[in-house]
Amino acid sequence: MHHPPVRPPRPMLALKLDERMAGSSIKDDADPAPVEEFVLVEQARGGDLAAFSELVRRYERRVYRTARHIVQNDEDAEDVLQEAMLKAFEHLDSFQGHSKFYTWLVRIAVNESLMKLRKRKSDRSVSLDESIETDEEPIVREIAVWDDNPEQRYSQTELREILDKAIDSLKPIFRTVFILRDVEELSTEETAEILGLSIAAVKSRLLRARLQLRERLTRTFKRKGDQILGYV
Amino acid sequence: MVTCKDFLRELGEYLDETTDPATRADLERHITECPNCWVIFDTCKKTIQVYKGMDPQPLPDPVHNRLMRALEQKAQQRGVKADCPEAQA
Ligand SMILES: [Zn+2]
Repeated sequence: MHHPPVRPPRPMLALKLDERMAGSSIKDDADPAPVEEFVLVEQARGGDLAAFSELVRRYERRVYRTARHIVQNDEDAEDVLQEAMLKAFEHLDSFQGHSKFYTWLVRIAVNESLMKLRKRKSDRSVSLDESIETDEEPIVREIAVWDDNPEQRYSQTELREILDKAIDSLKPIFRTVFILRDVEELSTEETAEILGLSIAAVKSRLLRARLQLRERLTRTFKRKGDQILGYV
Repeated sequence: MVTCKDFLRELGEYLDETTDPATRADLERHITECPNCWVIFDTCKKTIQVYKGMDPQPLPDPVHNRLMRALEQKAQQRGVKADCPEAQA
């Protein structure tokens, strides 16, 4: 499904997110008439913990997944989740409501995640503005047709492992952009804003991330017996 | 005339369907004539689809519970400030 360029009004957003939850295998207390998000945000702003807990319940998995992919270990991901949620609760006043609540929340989580990475290894590869040769052509090595629906050959657990491993092999700048754009399905503009990058930088990093993942997944998903073609 | 290099450069926009119609037509013509670029496009598209199809996993219970406890503590701290100004005096 492609996101329309125009942002849907809030009630539609709430509905869409609920459908997403309903589609997962988890049994939460299914609320037949979910409270609209901006109502929850308003209540939580007044210090209502129950309202904020409902927001937490809606987004904790996605925040945790994003953090986990960036920091790449469970303990740091949990720290990020807690710090991000506590900060969000404390600073809800500064949430303007111009953006979606999730975009605001995930921005906090991404910043916390990147801080963790920087702290852990005062490593230059963590920098998002690291000068990568963006005008260099993306590299493509393996060109092979995939099996039809290769993902159906694996159990959910196996598939998750394959996909996570592929993301984990990317550099921080690439995996962060990919997660926000193609996993969390934020727009290019939202991603640029969260990461403090230009639109062009988001686009070029995203393409490189996609090509690198494609390359790795091809090794697993390619149709057996097919010749690998060369590429210029 | 679109070369394979041109195609790769435009691939991101093409996948996101944000190319202008003229460029789009050129790129479409290229992949009908160039099997390599067709495979790259097709497998990139599938890469994106397979990730989009993954729901986030539920949080482990202990992680969720620790989070809720931390929030309750924070709420209590704030509650003291907001509800009991005399406690500050
Ligand atoms: Zn080509």
